[in-house]
Amino acid sequence: MMPDLGKYADAVLSAYAASILLLVLLVLVSLWRGRRMRAELTAVENRLKRDG
Amino acid sequence: MIALLMRDLKLAFRAGGGFGLGLAFFLIVTVLVPFSVGPQSSLLATISPGVLWLGALLACLLSLDRLLALDWEDGSLDLLATAPLPLEAVVTIKALAHWITTGLPLVLAAPVLGVLLNLPQPGFVWLVVSLALGTPALSVIGTFGAALTVGLKRGGLLLSLLVLPLYVPTLIFGAEVARRGAISMETNTPLLMLAGITAGAVALLPFASAAVLRVNLR
Amino acid sequence: MSISAKANRLWAYANPKKFLETTEKALPFFWVAAALCLVVGLVWGFFFTPDDYRQGSTVKIIYLHVPSALMAINIWFMMLVTSLVWLVRRHHVSALAARAAAPVGVVMTLIALATGAIWGQPMWGTWWAWDPRLTSFLILFLFYLGYIALWEAIENPDTAADLTSVLCLVGSVFAILSRYAVNFWNQGLHQGASLSLDKEENVADVFWVPLLVCIAGFVLLFVALVLYRTGTEIRARRIKALQARERVGA
Repeated sequence: MMPDLGKYADAVLSAYAASILLLVLLVLVSLWRGRRMRAELTAVENRLKRDG
Repeated sequence: MIALLMRDLKLAFRAGGGFGLGLAFFLIVTVLVPFSVGPQSSLLATISPGVLWLGALLACLLSLDRLLALDWEDGSLDLLATAPLPLEAVVTIKALAHWITTGLPLVLAAPVLGVLLNLPQPGFVWLVVSLALGTPALSVIGTFGAALTVGLKRGGLLLSLLVLPLYVPTLIFGAEVARRGAISMETNTPLLMLAGITAGAVALLPFASAAVLRVNLR
Repeated sequence: MSISAKANRLWAYANPKKFLETTEKALPFFWVAAALCLVVGLVWGFFFTPDDYRQGSTVKIIYLHVPSALMAINIWFMMLVTSLVWLVRRHHVSALAARAAAPVGVVMTLIALATGAIWGQPMWGTWWAWDPRLTSFLILFLFYLGYIALWEAIENPDTAADLTSVLCLVGSVFAILSRYAVNFWNQGLHQGASLSLDKEENVADVFWVPLLVCIAGFVLLFVALVLYRTGTEIRARRIKALQARERVGA
């Protein structure tokens, strides 16, 4: 299945690894921060509602 | 307007003002270069235009955070904002004062330091011309950076980061004029580009600086 | 429908609530489409394209390098547009979208630089050269960093939005200037533009189609990320406002 990358295997594989890693990190960080803000907002809104 | 300029100049020349700082930094950088790259005169001759331009640029950068910070702290910026003088004029004067206290001394000191770095004979004129033409742009761009970061506690590093990429075109064309001049090449094209950048920056950036300062003073 | 009515419909999304409601519904489609395009494009590019006769297997890097480089520039352009919208029409969502896009732009620039370096090493024999395109991207990277740092440094969200918008405008002018300056300063190793929309003479069909799929994937991923992150910023802003109200009430 693995294509024959010849003598440039290192270059191609590291380029793909680095890029995919960066993209995945970006998505994870975005999702993580998004989730935290969402939770925090509901917490603040509930507090305000309770206290009137 | 002139009163404001004189006031800024007086403050800068007084002990504790930033007047000597940029010049001293420029001197230190150029004197240290031969120690770090070696004393071969041919090598020094090749790199001297670039080193002198870089030194001048960094000296400019160093003095930027004092440009508006002092006036911000003691509240005189608020006064200036409510004065009849438009804020665009105020920032232009500020940039001019910065240039007279920092840029002009650098231009005058550069040929002397050029001797130390073995700058080739035809290069001196072009070095002075390019610096004289380029440093006003550095001051005006720097004023914009200072206006952006004026309200911040530790704005110094941020100021450098913001101004650094903005300085790139000026540095490239300025150093190119000096480099070409030193090896007696045609210098018209980069010189015109440098002049264009300076003219554009001086004409347009004060509006951006004033707009930004208004936001910060709100 | 008349143009002005259409425009009004567009401006309706400047309302944060409406924006959140709509993006909430649209986001899953964008995520799925982005993932689909990226997986198909990259797998196609990696496993099922032939090697170039000159560059060997390193051509496979093109599926990451070209889309990320395209995005790096276009994201800055999008930030410029949203900054202008903020300055002219004062819609918070617009300013927050620019803020949300900047880190995506940084990552794209980083990918373009990293894949470029990895590609350059076997092809040109060096990781880095002060080639005009490489240098311009480095400068673009600095612009992104400065822009983000300015956002982070300022407390008041409206002040931050104003200052960063002006920085984006001025930065755009200087970025273009730098591009010309750098071109003038050094004619480089980098090949000319390998893509143009009307002609595909530089890239053969076998490479072209998967590359288009990859570009579509990057664009979709960017859209999904920006919509999602703008939502996050809207919530963060709202939290700040509510907390301020709490403090006043207490």
